[in-house]
Amino acid sequence: MAQLAFDPKSIGAGGTPLTQKRESLWQDAFQRLLRNRAAVLGGSIILLLILMALLAPMIAVKPFADQVLVDQNRVPGWLVSIFPSMEPYAKFSSDYPLGADYVGRDLFSRIVYGARVSLTVALIAPLISLIIGVIYGSISGYFGGRVDNIMMRIVDILYAFPSLLFIILLMAFFRSTISDIEPGTFAYALSRLDEALGGLLFIFVGIGLTAWQTMARLTRGQVLSVREKEFVEAAHTIGASNTRIMFRHILPNIVGPLIVAETLAIPGYIATEAFLSFIGLGVNPPTPSWGSMISDGSRAIRTYPNQAIFPALALAITMFAFNFLGDGLRDALDPRLRGTQ
Amino acid sequence: MGRYIIRRLLYMLVVVLVVSMITFLLMHAVPGGPFTQEKTLPEETIRILNERYHLDEPLYVQYASYLYAVFIPHFTATPPSTSYQDDFLLNVNIGPLWIRWMNFGPSYKARGRTVNDIFRDNLPISAQLGVMSLFIALLIGMPLGIMSALKQNTALDYFGMGVAIFGVSVPVIVLGPIFIWIFGIELKWLPPTGWTAKPPFFLGFLPSSLNWEFFQHALMPSVALGLGSSAVIARLTRATLLQTIREDYIRTARSKGLHERVIITRHAMKNSLIPVVTVLGPLFAALVTGTFVTELIFGIPGMGKYFVTSITNRDYPVIMGTILLYAVFLVLANLAVDITYAYLDPRIRYD
Repeated sequence: MAQLAFDPKSIGAGGTPLTQKRESLWQDAFQRLLRNRAAVLGGSIILLLILMALLAPMIAVKPFADQVLVDQNRVPGWLVSIFPSMEPYAKFSSDYPLGADYVGRDLFSRIVYGARVSLTVALIAPLISLIIGVIYGSISGYFGGRVDNIMMRIVDILYAFPSLLFIILLMAFFRSTISDIEPGTFAYALSRLDEALGGLLFIFVGIGLTAWQTMARLTRGQVLSVREKEFVEAAHTIGASNTRIMFRHILPNIVGPLIVAETLAIPGYIATEAFLSFIGLGVNPPTPSWGSMISDGSRAIRTYPNQAIFPALALAITMFAFNFLGDGLRDALDPRLRGTQ
Repeated sequence: MGRYIIRRLLYMLVVVLVVSMITFLLMHAVPGGPFTQEKTLPEETIRILNERYHLDEPLYVQYASYLYAVFIPHFTATPPSTSYQDDFLLNVNIGPLWIRWMNFGPSYKARGRTVNDIFRDNLPISAQLGVMSLFIALLIGMPLGIMSALKQNTALDYFGMGVAIFGVSVPVIVLGPIFIWIFGIELKWLPPTGWTAKPPFFLGFLPSSLNWEFFQHALMPSVALGLGSSAVIARLTRATLLQTIREDYIRTARSKGLHERVIITRHAMKNSLIPVVTVLGPLFAALVTGTFVTELIFGIPGMGKYFVTSITNRDYPVIMGTILLYAVFLVLANLAVDITYAYLDPRIRYD
């Protein structure tokens, strides 16, 4: 009988042993992610963008806020080959790698510094929406019954509120409140912090307040599907507390889809910030945001298209990168979903 | 089904009330009012202005009278006048009786115009843009998704999904300027900005003459706005069609010797259409709110300019009116989607 015993090391295609080094779900997913060329490309672009944002003072030599009025709308000579219609009237200057804007600020510096705004939004907005959404959704899904019913009806009603309109309203509310709050209050401290961040704080609050509902629904659905599993029952039997079951047993099992959903939502957050800055409710000037640059530039699009096109390209590349990474992450964490959605 | 629709309409009423309340509170929670920003106004003038627009009354009175003016139909014997305090969106004449509904009030900042004036003149243009871009989204998205699914894992599929990734990665504020630059300025194929349809509108929102010039102006903004949604449609169509063509009934259809075209159009397409219909609601919402920026970029005289300036000017009635109207649109669109859904898939029961 001993000879008949199955020895996994001895058989296997091409003589390789059938036993594999044991990999955790995450290592396995990471390996799959690395094999996805688009995702690797997206990830590398994001790394480059992060480097650019961190090293902005070294890459962009000119300060982004300095207005050199004599140099307004200057373009470097090479631009004419891309924008031939500019040739008859353009004033040339080789001081500006991508040209100067309508008040003579260096476009290149503003684009480099603008990466800071978009990337901060890409980092913080998902965190806020995750925290609110996961807590809300897991309470709703875990306790079920009437609690679930009421909590989900609230989400339904908020869901019907067009989120972009809601965020515009919130931003208008924050922006006009800032001017007249008396010092010493909590609201005053918040508005000072917002000012120090160039207006980003309220953008986060606005996005966070509108984006959590999707996460809450997703979390609830996931919790409902895991709640009745045997291991949760087992945890109940040995007397684990609700909090412990929620965070130690249920949450680790549903975190994959949540991360995927949040990564895929990042381009949307970036676009929302750009949209708000475009209509003048986003970052405070002179903080450069790609959205406000596109807004300024599109007023002069007939004469100096470079002022809108370059920030637009920067925004598009960033959103591409996050979309590629998000798609790759989804395929890596759940190969069954490959090519769907 | 009838009971379901009634329940949904009641639910819609709740949603609209909540939306109006949130909007109202957010607008009024800010200290000061629409007339305090102009620092030059003497106090007496502000007082008179506030009195004229009933801004001196307690908040709940203001809210209640707003709701009354907008939601409750008025039955009067007097025909509509030109007074700007007395401008209703809907005026129906039955014999001596006038049924008048939805008075959104005067705009505080656009002198001599009511919110209804703005709705009548500018909303139709936004509606035209929104509907055109929805058509563009379907026109690009569905064929792209079908092609990708039928030729799965071929160059055509990769091309289709490449276009889809491109579509979701370029929002209208990116695509707009690039289109204007390429097709409007360098190639001069299309007019870079503007819109030709002007009031009065046919049936309230259709351009009175659908000529070549209209489409020339409408093409770039509609594609710029619709491409993002077409990407969503393409991905979804591909995913559901891929799932459907692996179903047993498709194999049955094949084995009884049906022509491939019939299998796809009659059996697979009809069933994979259902999830696509469900996303039309949220997509419509995205398109409707997307018209604001699109209009600003392409210089289109729709609601966009009014809404954005009304926010910074704190023109309460314009903000309230726009948000309420859009909320009603969106909830109605979702209801229409759900009803279509039930029609397409008889398995779905609502009561």
